Amino acid sequence: MSISVQLSAASLQYAGAAQATFAGLNLNLPAAKWTCLLGPSGCGKTSLLRLLAGLIDSSHQLSGQISCSDGLSIDNRISYMAQQDLLLPWLNVLDNVCLKAKLLTGKVSAGEQHKARQLLAQLNLSGIEKSLPDQLSGGMRQRVALARTLMQDTPIVLMDEPFSALDAVNRYKLQDLAAKVLQGRTVLLITHDPQEALRLSDQLYLFSADQQLLPLPLPDSLPPRAVDAQLGQYQQSLLQKMQVLHG
Amino acid sequence: MAKITLNTATLGNSLSNLWRLTITALVILLLWQAIVVCFEMPPFILPPPLLVLEKLIGSYQLLLSHSLITMSEIVLGLLLGLLMGLLFALQMLLFKPLRRWLLPVLIASQAIPVFALAPILMLWFGYGMTSKVIMAALIIFFPVTTTCFDGLRYTPIGYLDLAHTMGANKWRQLWHIRLPAALPTLASGIRVAAVVAPIGAVVGEWVGSSGGLGYLMLQANARMQIADMFAALFILALFSIALYYFTDLLLKTLIPWHREQAGH
Repeated sequence: MSISVQLSAASLQYAGAAQATFAGLNLNLPAAKWTCLLGPSGCGKTSLLRLLAGLIDSSHQLSGQISCSDGLSIDNRISYMAQQDLLLPWLNVLDNVCLKAKLLTGKVSAGEQHKARQLLAQLNLSGIEKSLPDQLSGGMRQRVALARTLMQDTPIVLMDEPFSALDAVNRYKLQDLAAKVLQGRTVLLITHDPQEALRLSDQLYLFSADQQLLPLPLPDSLPPRAVDAQLGQYQQSLLQKMQVLHG
Repeated sequence: MAKITLNTATLGNSLSNLWRLTITALVILLLWQAIVVCFEMPPFILPPPLLVLEKLIGSYQLLLSHSLITMSEIVLGLLLGLLMGLLFALQMLLFKPLRRWLLPVLIASQAIPVFALAPILMLWFGYGMTSKVIMAALIIFFPVTTTCFDGLRYTPIGYLDLAHTMGANKWRQLWHIRLPAALPTLASGIRVAAVVAPIGAVVGEWVGSSGGLGYLMLQANARMQIADMFAALFILALFSIALYYFTDLLLKTLIPWHREQAGH
């Protein structure tokens, strides 16, 4: 079942920091839709994602409320994809994909292995199950990370610039693939790439310099959008807006 | 195909290493012989290599029995030191309040020279093998603990974030993430330990013992049987080098991903 997530009055100030990273922030992640947060490095968008993921240490000043549409807690119902693929170099591809089972129960069942193989096949990664991550290319590694995310099978997926380390062609392919395989899940994508945000968003926000979320218009077509003239126009106007907002 | 190329390259490396080692050994032996001849060294100051070889062959039974004692002390000391270091590092990682108490103990263990402790260890643990094993363990305790602790402390934060979002508890994170991630750093400490442990064992034997290569060297020295002393030294050096290479090979086999990351 798809669920929406509401973040209300979220504030964060890191210990020792002179001012808050953001304060009184509200964000709604609609069920089964992609929400993208766009903003330059250091604007606080990653902190917002970390807050949702429960990764902010209690030593920092943190307030706000996270509620899910089904009334249950968000804990253990998210999967996380970072800029780095975070594949453990000592585990082979199959074990990396099954990492959650390994971490929670200490072992991986035959059923889980079978499911992982199917997911790898779905992502065109058959035959590399026994390879170590260092033997793979950047694009393949990120696809394995995507398989690991799918294997977690959570309704909410948090992505922090997961395609930014890839070359243009691989980034484009992986954006399409992610949009296809993550259908039905509630996704929050953090990015600093306007084109990526415009291609994948169902709803798009720009993190402004005063730490507010500005909603932005999107092309009429459905994601993943092709890079066409219309998208180019949106990208142009978006870049101009970002220039004004962030200097 | 890639695998075959890699294996061939590894074999090639091993062979060239062996060649280098043989050539280095030959050069040292030639220099040694040259010094004996040029400076007309008497055998009780510097015996020629051939005399040492004669002793090695002639007294091999005696040398073997003493070598076994020293080697056992070194290996047991290495294992004990590794275990102690690992446990100490784990305690400091897991029980943060304890860290402030344990850190001075760790530093003191390095600040007090183990050589100075040797007579006390003899007094407490006797002239047998135990005191030497403890000496070897103590001398490697610091490098093992610090490298292990550093390795455990500096786990890439992304791995821990991922494990956290997957709901892994502290112990599973330790076992599946922190410990394997710390292995390459710990391996550096173990390599140092493999080289240093023989020093601990031999110093222990010098201070007081009834067997071992250190004991044999002291006895030979007192009787001016310098060739015997060199024979014992040769075996000790050979064992230390073999121990280092064996440890290195073992670690490379156990931590293959580190080798690949390093691009060897």
